[in-house]
Amino acid sequence: MYIIISGGGEVGYYLARVLLSEGHEILVVEKDGKRCDLISEDMGEVVLRGDCCEARTMEEVGASRADMLIAVTGDDDDNLVVCQVAKHKFNVPHTIARIKNPRRRPLFEKMGIDRIVSSTELILAHIEQELPSHPLVPLLKLSHERFEMVEVKVAPDSKMVGKKLGDFKMLPNSLVCLVVGKEKGPRIPTMDTVLEAEDEIIAVTESGSEENLRNILTGMKQSTPRG
Amino acid sequence: MKVVMMGCGRVGARLAGMLDSEGHNVTILDIDAYSFRRIPPDFEGEALVGSGTDEEALVKAGIEEADIFVAATQGDNQNAMASQIAKHIFNVPRVICRIYDPIRQEMYQELGLETVSPTKIGADALRQMIGG
Repeated sequence: MYIIISGGGEVGYYLARVLLSEGHEILVVEKDGKRCDLISEDMGEVVLRGDCCEARTMEEVGASRADMLIAVTGDDDDNLVVCQVAKHKFNVPHTIARIKNPRRRPLFEKMGIDRIVSSTELILAHIEQELPSHPLVPLLKLSHERFEMVEVKVAPDSKMVGKKLGDFKMLPNSLVCLVVGKEKGPRIPTMDTVLEAEDEIIAVTESGSEENLRNILTGMKQSTPRG
Repeated sequence: MKVVMMGCGRVGARLAGMLDSEGHNVTILDIDAYSFRRIPPDFEGEALVGSGTDEEALVKAGIEEADIFVAATQGDNQNAMASQIAKHIFNVPRVICRIYDPIRQEMYQELGLETVSPTKIGADALRQMIGG
């Protein structure tokens, strides 16, 4: 695949390395001359100094034959415009944008950006995972953006300990996919699976109902669904 | 008319003054309070420190009741993003966006924003003055 990466910062740099190692044809477009030098020293002729918002640059890099454009600069507004230029002026079939501000997601979705990756949300999720007080961690938004994969931890003093999965009245669009025990390792859950302290429950749920799922599993009062 | 504007540079401040003196209800946003020095002294509208790409600042500026949103900061991409927030998140009936780059300007025009490119207008005006 021919993939254009807009932005040669840390994300763009490591992304380029991964994609190159997978055998893709890639080009990094970066405004800063020093970053360009660094990338070309490490990876060769895979970088062009320029700005993907400029149609001239996009023509120069052959954007109309690109299979994918990934916008990973540190500016949400630049990433949005780059994806829109790629989509509407050069018919790039697949656009991926990084966003820093999670509140930008609805706009990017409405503007038809194919995939949106919120770096802030990802970092938060990883930090939350390390916090013992936080029983529910969002892991992944599935490509059908309606659904999300989450992890619920069974605290040692939780009411879940010793209960069967079948004892919980689950939400209509939620599914427990995997239970990972500290010692037992991963097991495919059935209605008869008994939960143990420190089990990790991996579930798919509808975006927006994560809290309710957590409340069902931890025995807390249900909140009214958001939105 | 209720007008929310973003960017209090020379153009923004001048336009805000014009609309205000015509009796419109104007709120202008800029991330730098120092920019507000450009606003004419008899301006009766509101000047708020905040970014037009920040939904909270937009709500404070009254975007939900606005008839028109105008984006006139120095940054084409900022203007484009703020305008699309105004149009697609807040459903402002008219959204006007300044974009220097003529190619991006045409693209956003096609995507449904009302856009203006000072680059094109300036070059055209100069060309006319040269004559011949």
